[in-house]
Formats: sequence, structure tokens, C-alpha cells
Amino acid sequence: MATGRDDFVIAFRSAFLKKKDKQKFSLLTLLFLSIFVIILSNLNFKVIKFIKMGINEVVYRTSFLISAPENKIKEIDFKIKDHLKIYDNYKRIEIELETLKQKKLSNDFLKLENTKLRNLINESIQSEKILAKVLIDKESPFLKSIVLNKGSKDDIKIGMAVVDRAYLVGKVIEVNYTNSRALLLSDLNSKIPVLLEPIGMQAVSSGTGKDYGEIEYTKEEYESKINTEEIIVYTSGRGGLFKPGLPVGKIDKDNVKKINFFSDFRQLEYVNIISYTIKGSN
Amino acid sequence: MSSLNKISLSSFSYSYFPIVILFLSVFNEFDFNFLKIEYFSFNFVHILIFFWTLKNPNHLGYVSIFLAGIINDVIVGIPVGVSSLCYLLICLVTAYLRNITLSPNFINDWLTFLFTIFLINSIQIIILNLIFLIEINYMSYLVNSGFTFLFYPLFFVIFNYVNKKIVIILND
Repeated sequence: MATGRDDFVIAFRSAFLKKKDKQKFSLLTLLFLSIFVIILSNLNFKVIKFIKMGINEVVYRTSFLISAPENKIKEIDFKIKDHLKIYDNYKRIEIELETLKQKKLSNDFLKLENTKLRNLINESIQSEKILAKVLIDKESPFLKSIVLNKGSKDDIKIGMAVVDRAYLVGKVIEVNYTNSRALLLSDLNSKIPVLLEPIGMQAVSSGTGKDYGEIEYTKEEYESKINTEEIIVYTSGRGGLFKPGLPVGKIDKDNVKKINFFSDFRQLEYVNIISYTIKGSN
Repeated sequence: MSSLNKISLSSFSYSYFPIVILFLSVFNEFDFNFLKIEYFSFNFVHILIFFWTLKNPNHLGYVSIFLAGIINDVIVGIPVGVSSLCYLLICLVTAYLRNITLSPNFINDWLTFLFTIFLINSIQIIILNLIFLIEINYMSYLVNSGFTFLFYPLFFVIFNYVNKKIVIILND
């Protein structure tokens, strides 16, 4: 019995400390080093921040170059699928275009009216868009984020909204000198204050780790309203983080908790990073 | 002369094969997301590290594994050092397994691999969820572990072939 335990201890100690011919460090040293790095990377010292930014810069750029062949394969795959669906898409778009033309007229009128009303109370929303290229869009099964080629040198700040055409896709969570990382709406850690229109109800859009979101923290009564109307989810602007009125997605008819995002996060190539200011009389 | 160059080139490329593949896979982070298969994912790096540190540790150094972990953390966006720790724990299990095994057996290795991936994924979940308060999808981890376990025999065959080639070339 004692011999068995001794064997275990010897084998275990050897695994920890013994170095092979070409190994420069023992496992134990590197295990301690890993723990030290985990602790160090979470300390908020300036030096550590700069080292981290430097590592991020190099790794992101290298990853972008190495991922080029896989990205090309993805692009070809999407192109082939698009070509196969071309006729169906054409028919659907034709109908949508007609509806949109009608909606645009009333929308133009509402926009003008809105600007006039804002002028009356001396308030205006000014926003700036910065176009950014998606360097890395590796959605790991655990975290959904993208790396963009704009950073602090382009005045990117943590918390800025990231949009694909007009649709919100996420927010900036990490800024380096020439690049930044944005957390996608689909990530489990993403929580965005939203407004459900036309019922005018405040809620929170939460990521699920899949390609759709979920409505959280809202009144129960909205479920009955959703069955009768088509609900669009916009950013509410609460908390001052995002510009109000950015379209996020549509509530699913069959599952009133589910948000189908407008943007396909797997096909992001270029996005806009938005900063905004509300100028008012107060 | 030219045949000598050919041999040294092939021996060089074969002996660096595990390291090159390791760094390519962490930099590229193969995700197969464009296939749009819900939950489908497997951790190729875990298979690679487990196999090579078990069968031929001289061709995959611990320092390279440590650095690969750091790169993986930066790309995936999790706290730096977590993957390094997990990868090195795989090395620890394989080093222990090497010490206690007299005659290697594929089924034993495969079952130990299952134990290892569950162990390191549990450690990763504890670090991310309980210490860093990052919300994670447990189902993704479970399915990822399952597929990683199922894919092991396939990569075992491929890596075993390469490993035999390395041994033959280096002995020539």
C-alpha cells in the first residue's frame, strides 16, 4: 500500500520537476509563471497595461495575416450560397422595395418633424462615425467578440457602439493603440438597454451565446402585445452609453423572448464605430 | 548534395511540425462557425498538445506551449494566462502518464484524455466564471469537450503517422 503511494508521489514529482533533453524549464516553473501572468494581467498598473497593449497589437496583426486563407474560404462559401439563392432573393427584395418606398415617404416627414421639435427645445444629437475593418472575427464557443483595426490613435474609447450599416452589433470593450476589441450582442456577457417599439416598452437585450438575443427585465404584459404586433428592438440610450434609436433586431413571433438580430455577425467585414453627443439647452 | 539537402529539409519540417501546427492553430483559431452547426466545436489544440507531449515531448517544448496559451488568450479575449495554465496541466497529466506507463495502450490514453479535458475545462470554468465573473455557456463547454474526445482517434492516426516519419527520418 505504502509502495503504491510512493510510486504515485515519485511519478508525480518527476512529472512536475523533471526536464526532458530539450526542455529549458520544468513544468512547475511554467505553471507558477502562468498563475503569475493571470494575476499580473489583472492588475491595473500602467506598465502592465502598455505591455498588454503591445502583445495585443502584435498578436492581432499576426492572427489577421495567418487567418487570411481561412477567411478566403469563408468568403467563397458565402458567395456560393448567395449565388444559389439569387432568384429567391430577387423576388423577396422586389416586394420589400415596394413596401420600403411607401414607408420612406412617411419616414422623411417624421424625420423633418423630429428635427423641428428638437430645435424647439434646443436639443440636437450629433454623432460621428469611424469606419473600421474587422481584423479577427473568431467567435469562440465561449466568447463572441471581434477585433477592429481602429484604436486609441483614432479616438476610439471603451463603450462606443459598433454598427454594421445601420444595425447595432456590439460595443467596444478593449482599446489598444491601433486596434480594439468589440463584444458582440450575441455574447452571454452583453447587456444592452433597449426600447421595444411600437409598444414603447423599456427592456434589456441580453446575449445568449448563440446567434440570437433575449429580452430580459421587462413587464409581463408585453407578451400579449407582441402576439398582435411586429416589434422592433432599438437602443433606448438609457445610461448614456449608446445613441438612442439604433436598430438591434426583431422580436420572434413564435418566441416572444427571442430577438433575431438584423445583422449577421458571421459576415462582418467593415463596421462603423459611433460616438455621439446630445446638445441641449440644459 | 541535393539529396542531403532534401533529407535535412524534410527532417527539419517534420521535427518542427507539432510547433508549427500548434502556433498556426492558436493564431488562426479554427472555429468552423461558417458551417453554422449549432454548438459544434472541438479543441484541436488540446488534442495536439496531449498527443505530442505524450508520444514525443522532445518536439513540443513546454515554453512553446506556454507561449501558445498566451496567444490563444489574447485572440479569444479571456484573461491572459488561463489557457497557458490549462495547456500546461495537460502536459502535467501526460508527463505523469508517461512515468507510470510501461506498455502504451490507445484506450488508456483516450480515457485519460477524456479525464484531462474535463479537468482542464472545469478549471477554466472556475477561473473565468467564479474568479473573473465572466458568464459562460456550460453547454458549449460540454459539447466542445465531447467533440474533442470523439475527434481524438482521428487525429491520433494522423499524428502517429507523422511521429513515425519523424522517428524514421531522424534515425536515418
